[in-house]
Amino acid sequence: MPDYTLTTSENLQRRHAAEARFRWIGRLAVLLSLGFLVLMFFSISTRGMGAFGQTHIQLEIHFDEAMLDPNKQRDPQQLARANYKPIVNQALFELFPEVQTRRAQRSLYRLLSSGAVFDLANMAGQNPDLVGSTQLLWLPASAEVDLFMKGKVDVSLEEKLRRLKNNEIAWINQLKVKRQIRKKFNTAFFTKGDSREPELSGILGAMIGSFLSLLVCFSIAFPVGVLTAVYLEEFAKKTRFTDLIEININNLAAVPSIVFGLLGLSIFLGVFHMPRSTPLVGGLVLALMTLPTIIIAARAALRSVPNTIREAALGLGASKVQTTFHHAVPLAMPGMLTGTILGMAGALGETAPLLMIGMVAFIVDVPQGITDVATSLPVQIFLWADSPEKGFVERTSAAIMVLLAFLVLMNLFAVFLRRKLEKQW
Amino acid sequence: MVMGSIMKIQKETAEPANLSLASSGILSAQNVDVFYGDQQAINNVSFEIPENQITALIGPSGCGKSTILRCFNRMNDTIDICKVTGDIRFAGQNIYDPKVDVVALRARIGMVFQKANPFPKSIFENVAYGPRIHGLASSKDHLEEIVISSLKRAGLYKEVADRLQESGTGLSGGQQQRLCIARAIAVDPQVILMDEPCSSLDPIATAIIEELMESMKQNYTIVIVTHSMQQAARISQKTAFFHLGDLVEFGDTEAIFTNPIQTRTQNYISGRIG
Repeated sequence: MPDYTLTTSENLQRRHAAEARFRWIGRLAVLLSLGFLVLMFFSISTRGMGAFGQTHIQLEIHFDEAMLDPNKQRDPQQLARANYKPIVNQALFELFPEVQTRRAQRSLYRLLSSGAVFDLANMAGQNPDLVGSTQLLWLPASAEVDLFMKGKVDVSLEEKLRRLKNNEIAWINQLKVKRQIRKKFNTAFFTKGDSREPELSGILGAMIGSFLSLLVCFSIAFPVGVLTAVYLEEFAKKTRFTDLIEININNLAAVPSIVFGLLGLSIFLGVFHMPRSTPLVGGLVLALMTLPTIIIAARAALRSVPNTIREAALGLGASKVQTTFHHAVPLAMPGMLTGTILGMAGALGETAPLLMIGMVAFIVDVPQGITDVATSLPVQIFLWADSPEKGFVERTSAAIMVLLAFLVLMNLFAVFLRRKLEKQW
Repeated sequence: MVMGSIMKIQKETAEPANLSLASSGILSAQNVDVFYGDQQAINNVSFEIPENQITALIGPSGCGKSTILRCFNRMNDTIDICKVTGDIRFAGQNIYDPKVDVVALRARIGMVFQKANPFPKSIFENVAYGPRIHGLASSKDHLEEIVISSLKRAGLYKEVADRLQESGTGLSGGQQQRLCIARAIAVDPQVILMDEPCSSLDPIATAIIEELMESMKQNYTIVIVTHSMQQAARISQKTAFFHLGDLVEFGDTEAIFTNPIQTRTQNYISGRIG
C-alpha cells in the first residue's frame, strides 16, 4: 500500500529544527557585527561630538594705538606682528579688577587660549582701522576652560590634583552669570592645521594632505592599473609567464602596507631623493599599494564582459584595440571605477606606509602643493591619540568621525557610479 | 544496436563523396585540419562554397561544423590553442596568408552568431558601428542612409523605425538576431557566416529569418550552420554533412536529403546518429 501521509514525521522535524537553528545562528552573527558597529560609532561620536564646539569668552578689547602702532603708520604687516598680549591681559583684568596678586593674575590670564592673540593680530592685520577702537569680541578659551565647560573636569577631585584651580572655576562661574562665556561652533577645527594647543588645532592641514596624496595616488594607480589589466586580460597570450605575473599581483595585494612604506623610503627617498614628508611621495607609496587591488578589480570587471560582445565586434572587422576600447573597457568601466574607489578608500585610511616616509612630522602649515610637507588624516589621528593633553582626546575622535565620513562618502560614490554606469544585456 | 551501427560507420572510409564539381566557389577549403591543443577537431576537409547560394553545414553536436565555419573569417584566431592547417581561399586568395589583413577579411566575410549579441547601445549605434570603424559613410546623412537601408534589408526597419535610439538589447530575441544581421549587412560583406542563428528562437521568428535569408541570397553568399535538418532542407541549395570532424558528404541539398550516398549520411538523416 503506497504511503500518502502529508503530516510531519520525526525525520522531517529534525530537518526543520536544523534549518531553524541555522537561521538563528545567522541572525546572531549579523546582530553581533551590527552591535560592534553601533558600539564603535556610538563611542566615537559621543567622545568626538564635543570637539565641534569650542568655548569662547567675550572680552572688551581696546586696540591701544600707543601699544600696537606707536608710529601711526597703520602698516598691516607691522600690525600682524605686534604684541597683543598686554591688551588681552588688560581686558581680562578689567573684567576682574579684584584680582591683585601677580600669581592670581597669571592664572587669570590663562583662562584665554594662548592663540587668542594670533586671532587679534590677524584681525588687525586685515583691518588696520581697528587700531584705536574698542571691540566686543569672542576669543577662544584655553583647553582647560573648554573641558570644564563641557563637563569633563571632575570638580569633586582635590584641588592640587586638578589643572583647573578653584579660583579659576569661580571666575568661569562669574563669566557664566554675566553670559560672557559660551560654546560656539569650532570653525578653527576645519580651517586650521595642527597645533601644540588642543583648542587651536584643526584638521584642514591633514585633510588637504590626504586629498593631495590621494590625487597623486589616483593619477598614477588608475591609468597604470587599468592598462595593466587590459593588456593582461585582452592582449597577452596565456603563458607560464603571465601566470607568474598573475600570482605575483595577487601576492602583492596581500603584502602588509608597511612594507610598501619601507620600499618608498628606500627607493623614492633613498635613491631618487624626493622631498621627504610630502604628498608626492605619500601618493606614490599609496599608488604602489593600491595598484594590485585596482588590477585585480579591473581584470574581474573585464572578465565579466560577455565574450559574445567581443566576438560581435571582431566579426564586424573591428581590430583588437577597437574591440577592447570601444566595447570591453566601457562595459567594464563601472566595475573598474568601483574597485578603484574602494582601493582609494583603503589608501585614505592607510597610516603605516606614511609613517615610513616621514608624513608623521608635526606640521602646522596647511600644504599648498604636492611637494609641501604634509600629514594625512589617519596619521593626524595617530599623532593626536599619542598626545598627552586632555583636549586632544575629543579631537582624536572628531578627526576619526571626519575620516569615517569621507570613507562613507567614497563608498556611496562607488555605489552611485555603479548604478549610473551599469548596462543591462 | 544503435551503438553498433555507429562503430561500423566510423570504420568506413573517410573520403568525402559527391564533392561539388563547380570550381567557381567563392570560398574553398582544401585539406583543412583544425586542432584544439592536441585534439583534432577537423580532419582533412575539402569543399567549395558557391557564390550567391545558401550552403548549410549540418551534423550532430561536436562534429566540427561551427569550427570550420569560424575558419572562414578566422574567428578561431582569438582562441590561443586553436591551430589551422591547410588551404582556405576567399575569391582565390589564401586567407591565412601573412599578407592578408584579418580586419579586411572580416569586413568581406561577416558573421551572425548563435546567440544574438547586440552591443548594449542604441539600435542605430549597433548598425552604425561597422560602417563607422571602416569609414564607409562620407557624412552623417550617408551613415543614416546605410543604417536605414541595412535595417530594411534585414526586415527590421518597420518594427523599429520610431525607436532607433532605444537600446538594442531591449528587442525580442528574433528582433535582436535580425538586428545582428542588419549590423553584419551594414559593412557590405560578400559572404555572411551564420552559426545556428535560429537555435534560440521560436518557430515564428525562425520563419521570418529564413524568409530573410531567402531574399538575401541574391546579394550575398550565405553559409549557415544548423542542427535542424528540416531547416537545411528548406533553405539551402548545398549541404555539407559533418561527422566527428570529417566531411562525410557534400552536394546539392536535394540529393543529400533524398538520395545520400554515404551510410553515415543516411543514418543521420534517418535519425540514427545525432
